[in-house]
Amino acid sequence: MKPSSFEYCLPKTIEEAFAALDHDDAKIIAGGQSLVPMMNFRLVQPGRLVDINSLPGLGEIVLDGGTMRIGSLVRHAEAARHDLVRNHLPVIAEAMAHVAHVAIRNRGTIGGSLVHADPSAEWPLLVTLLDGQIEIAGPEGLRHAAPQEFFVAPLVTTIEDDEILVAVRLPILSPGTGMAFTEIAQRAGDFAVVAAAATVLMDRGVISDVRLALGGAGDVPVRLFEVEAALAGLRPDAIDAITRGCADGLEPNEDMHATAEYRRSLIPVLARRALEAAVQRAGAMR
Amino acid sequence: MNAKIDIALTLNGEAVTGRAEPRMLASDFIRDVLLMTGTHVGCEQGVCGACTIRFNGVVARSCLLFAAQLDGAVVETVESLGAPHDLNDIQKAFRKHHALQCGFCTPGFLMTVSEILQTLPLSTDHEIRDALSGNLCRCTGYEHIVRAVRDLVNQRDGVQA
Repeated sequence: MKPSSFEYCLPKTIEEAFAALDHDDAKIIAGGQSLVPMMNFRLVQPGRLVDINSLPGLGEIVLDGGTMRIGSLVRHAEAARHDLVRNHLPVIAEAMAHVAHVAIRNRGTIGGSLVHADPSAEWPLLVTLLDGQIEIAGPEGLRHAAPQEFFVAPLVTTIEDDEILVAVRLPILSPGTGMAFTEIAQRAGDFAVVAAAATVLMDRGVISDVRLALGGAGDVPVRLFEVEAALAGLRPDAIDAITRGCADGLEPNEDMHATAEYRRSLIPVLARRALEAAVQRAGAMR
Repeated sequence: MNAKIDIALTLNGEAVTGRAEPRMLASDFIRDVLLMTGTHVGCEQGVCGACTIRFNGVVARSCLLFAAQLDGAVVETVESLGAPHDLNDIQKAFRKHHALQCGFCTPGFLMTVSEILQTLPLSTDHEIRDALSGNLCRCTGYEHIVRAVRDLVNQRDGVQA
């Protein structure tokens, strides 16, 4: 239960961080809320730990035109109480209440959650739902990745060993968009068995724009584009019938927490709940 | 690579220094090097909450921090709350409501409660239980801990129980 030896680096600039990462066995630590347990179990034994907590500019949330840019060192608790988040993308604050516990939310980071890429985690699902762009800095400059390019498999992403996730960019949605997040977990704060999130814009009683995303429904978070397309132009009372078969074609994982069959049975239920809650909030805002 | 490094921090309001390998967990550093043994070590994987401290003002698991990361930090442990003959309000409420039996988890609960009393409404028992869900107690069944926190929330909000 003690980590193996490592060399500790605390770069003060991103250039120093790239230099520190130029090593055959380096690992970045941000909040450490997933990494340190794995190090304590010696599932991960980096030779060098590059602590990015002192890098400037990674802890901010700003509006940049129609986009919210959330720095990768923003902690879950900071995102949950930030006015820009609560005013423009309240679904983030709603989801953060499900991330582990108070002490973990104080320390864990957005960037850490994204690169850890647990298929049930909240941030990968939110970025997938909101058509976010993941901003990655490397020795050669910045690049942006859509979630569909970034998440490959459980705990696997396309980020390279010499790259640092610096921010996520989330487009602000149209005023009046209702948003909702819901999940089933075995205990408060556990990873979700299945999670669902939705955004809905209503126009004269019919759904005019809708997004639906799931976590825990496969190797990576998924958008249900077919359900979205089927719902567009319909009244909300169509949600039940249209979500009923929405687990078809999905391949949820089987693990110690739940069977694939149980996850499959949760998917339509949570999809419906997320959509109905989003409709209600869209209605309330008009 | 195993060389010890100097670590200087503010612990419970006092400037202190110690030396440790970077890999030493902050929980071990606080107990074994700084000799503040109120912080308890339970699971060492961030689940049980017994090692909860305040790190730069907010509660954190000290088993998920490395000693090296305490350099320059402001840390408070359970010893910052009160002393055996001068308990603070949280400790008094825990004593009054029998919110501990063996006491192993208690330092972590006290530290968590010290934050949530300041940051959360805690208007329902459900909310109290949710806020405490990161701290495990194997003795009490939580009922008396919730009662203690309810009492503290009532004191805070000026509500007559």
